[in-house]
Amino acid sequence: MMDDMDLSLHHKMEEKDERNQLDQTAQDVLSKPLDRPEGPLKVTGRATYADEEHPEGTAHGVFVRSTVAHGWVTGMNTAALRKMPGVLAVVRDAKMLRNPAQGTAGEAPVQNPNEIFYVGQPIALVVAETLEQARHAALAARPKYEAKDGEFEVPLEDYETPPKKQSSEGDLDSAMGQAAHSVDSIYTTPAMGHAMMEPHAAVAQWDGGKLTIRASCQMLKYNVAELADSLGVKAKNVRILSPYVGGGFGGKLGISHEAVAAALAARKLKRPVSVALHRRNVFEATTRRSETRQRLRLCCDDQGHLTGFGHEAWVSSLHGESFSEPVTQASSFTYAGDNRVIGHHIARLNITCAGSMRAPGEAVGVPIVECAMDELAEKAGIDPVDFRLRNIPEKDPSTGKPYSSNRLADCLTEGAKAFGWEKRGEVAHQREGEWLIGLGVASAVRVNMLMNSEATITLDPDGHAVVETDMTDIGTGSYAILTQLAAEMLGLPMDRVKTVLGDSDLPPSSGSGGSFGAASAGSSVMLAARALREKIAERLGVEEKDVTLKDGNAISGNKVTPLTEILAGERLKAKGEIEPGATGDDVRQATWGAQFAEVAVSAITGEVRVRRLDATFACGRILNPKTARSQCIGGMVFGLGSALTEELSYDLRNGRLMTRDLADYHIPSNLDVPPMNVTFLEDRDPYANPMQAKGIGELACCGTAGAILNAIHNATGIRVRDFPATPDKVIEAIEAAQGQG
Amino acid sequence: MAQHQITLTINGTERSLALDDPRVTLLDALRQHLDMTGTKKGCDHGQCGACTVMANGRRINSCLSLAVMHDGDTITTVEGLGEPENLSPLQAAFLHHDGFQCGYCTPGQLVSATAMIEEIKQNWPSVVSGDLEKVSLSDDEIRERMSGNLCRCAAYANIVDAIREAAKAEGVA
Ligand code: FES
Ligand code: FES
Repeated sequence: MMDDMDLSLHHKMEEKDERNQLDQTAQDVLSKPLDRPEGPLKVTGRATYADEEHPEGTAHGVFVRSTVAHGWVTGMNTAALRKMPGVLAVVRDAKMLRNPAQGTAGEAPVQNPNEIFYVGQPIALVVAETLEQARHAALAARPKYEAKDGEFEVPLEDYETPPKKQSSEGDLDSAMGQAAHSVDSIYTTPAMGHAMMEPHAAVAQWDGGKLTIRASCQMLKYNVAELADSLGVKAKNVRILSPYVGGGFGGKLGISHEAVAAALAARKLKRPVSVALHRRNVFEATTRRSETRQRLRLCCDDQGHLTGFGHEAWVSSLHGESFSEPVTQASSFTYAGDNRVIGHHIARLNITCAGSMRAPGEAVGVPIVECAMDELAEKAGIDPVDFRLRNIPEKDPSTGKPYSSNRLADCLTEGAKAFGWEKRGEVAHQREGEWLIGLGVASAVRVNMLMNSEATITLDPDGHAVVETDMTDIGTGSYAILTQLAAEMLGLPMDRVKTVLGDSDLPPSSGSGGSFGAASAGSSVMLAARALREKIAERLGVEEKDVTLKDGNAISGNKVTPLTEILAGERLKAKGEIEPGATGDDVRQATWGAQFAEVAVSAITGEVRVRRLDATFACGRILNPKTARSQCIGGMVFGLGSALTEELSYDLRNGRLMTRDLADYHIPSNLDVPPMNVTFLEDRDPYANPMQAKGIGELACCGTAGAILNAIHNATGIRVRDFPATPDKVIEAIEAAQGQG
Repeated sequence: MAQHQITLTINGTERSLALDDPRVTLLDALRQHLDMTGTKKGCDHGQCGACTVMANGRRINSCLSLAVMHDGDTITTVEGLGEPENLSPLQAAFLHHDGFQCGYCTPGQLVSATAMIEEIKQNWPSVVSGDLEKVSLSDDEIRERMSGNLCRCAAYANIVDAIREAAKAEGVA
């Protein structure tokens, strides 16, 4: 009798895969715009998120936050708090976190919240019978501090300049001096918040030495290790459940305050404890995207060919954090130019920990490059689309490595056609009443990655399959695409495949982050299915490639055999495992796109209204055009927010976050969002993975802000170099330009 | 603390609730006391719309309202709109148009949209209404009226498509 896990297939991506197996399967459910299988649960309120299953006797925890930015907690009115109605405990524990773990850390982040590094740092957890009692007591806490001066901005010379993060080729200074046209511009982008709609929450319960925690996490394999390390227990005694995650965008990559504190409190009180962050905690105490200062030095000859490309960035984070916003990540390989400089500088500030947020690096770096490219195109007198087309390199200009696939030119050309780019007029020449109208373009580019990932598929004797992996679905469509992949590979109708995710007891996956989730988890499911196909083929006495699976039957030659007959009462279980290999290093992998915007700018108020957003993307095989499009329109709106409204503003006198809720931190709302068109180019990247699929969710937010800012320029003639382009800045620049004119 | 005995008719079922704390919001009464977690908490401050329910037929932010203020009221939550095997036309349209991603804002969007379509039927104008005598369900009207429900996944364009389709099927245009 076959038993669990007797089949397995491990594949390391050492060379390109041009088998394109998914083009040869017959079930015809993959790459189809199917509805999400978990959708009915979500639209009826039956999908349960982190803070939605409270075991009997669950107590509630609320954090006490630091009101100072730097120093030590020296005491607290703990005894008084303990006497307040319903209060069960005031937890002050050196195991609690200073800040959440960075993505893929796999170990505890900095602990001991008695040392304070930023305003809003959780310093104690008040636990009470009810949420109201815990909240009341937490607000009544009066911590004593030994405060020190915090650093909230530092002069440029005080930024760290890690040698490994600087590079140069040729001589940019003299290229700038000799060029026919050049741009030397400073831009700034503000700190930003993930603002996922589900605040971080955790419900912890111990059973002897074993912890089960429901939490809102993106990467369970790493999160288990981080949580166990924080608590000082073995990873095998920690189980995390995150079947549904109410958005992440990078804000839930690493284990966060609430999970560790809930686990500590539950252990102490010997009863389940729920800790749900308040929205203000989310903004103040989880992670943020760093603010950036960027200097762009671009120069070209009189034909518009780039001769120099310099991109330097200044970002910030907390002391001791290894992550810093990789602003220039795509700058080394997007455009040509023999003389190049990349710079990266880090300030250590007493401001909320900087971490990964949707397309870390490119989301803020690419828009600025694209604005500077627009400036240079204008100086050179060349159409911005044409200017970009002239500067797409044959191979990665910094390393000389070939691209796995570079479709930027196709995206620009086809995107321009679809958008009606030829209608773009001269700068500041189109007006409808008070509204100045303009069109803008930007390239979109984002690195593409593959991560280790495992999954199993169990094929029951009755021909039903269950896919299992600890992968999460944070709105990305994991349930949909993994179900489609298994159904496609095994020739089963969708309703015969069930996908179980978000349980750390299941095979460890890549998790959701860096746009590598679909490619990595998907490949593992595909490999598990291939192992099953091999077994089925073996039983039929043929090669795997010669068997066609469809509607529960195996077809080889002209013989049709029901799967149930082949299984003969047995259950088969197979594990698939993908591992990144040489194709990650030998070639430059990226996803590509061209984005277009039409804006109307009020000449009276400076308000910018986006009228239209278009995008054309090349990101490998599209596994589900419906969920893929959703990822793209979501990313485009994310980019719209960064262009026009989103800003975490800190009071530089005391480090306090002034925009710490959704009334002050302005994410786009429905009326802000215009009609959007998304086109995917037919694309296969053989170097990416066995599916030839690539990341999607981040690419779409990389080009949007550049296209919008460039459209504002086309409408008005002004350049806003201090993001976001809020009405005050726009009207001031328009009036200044009129004054000069 | 004194006990507050209240009765709510939730999704057609009468539920009585003994609250020993007047600070319990309608949202927390649903989520914590009645185990009805379909209604979501995104901000607890009236800023996101995730907690939208209908109270006596009108949409409200349940996080901004105390449970004790609703004694005798009729409450509709997302659980009352339909069931996984029996979706309301609007829920089916959200599913088909992918009017959500993570799904966390979705219950609020659905309750809000359900109530919003009634507002149109009753000819309530909004700031974008051209003709105040006869309000029609233009896309701008949908966008304006749904702007109290934030969606960070930004399924907005699909939400508009879903609402337009479901409203049309109901004869609201
Ligand atoms: S939770 Fe009520 S409006 Fe956000
Ligand atoms: S679906 Fe995620 S916030 Fe709307």
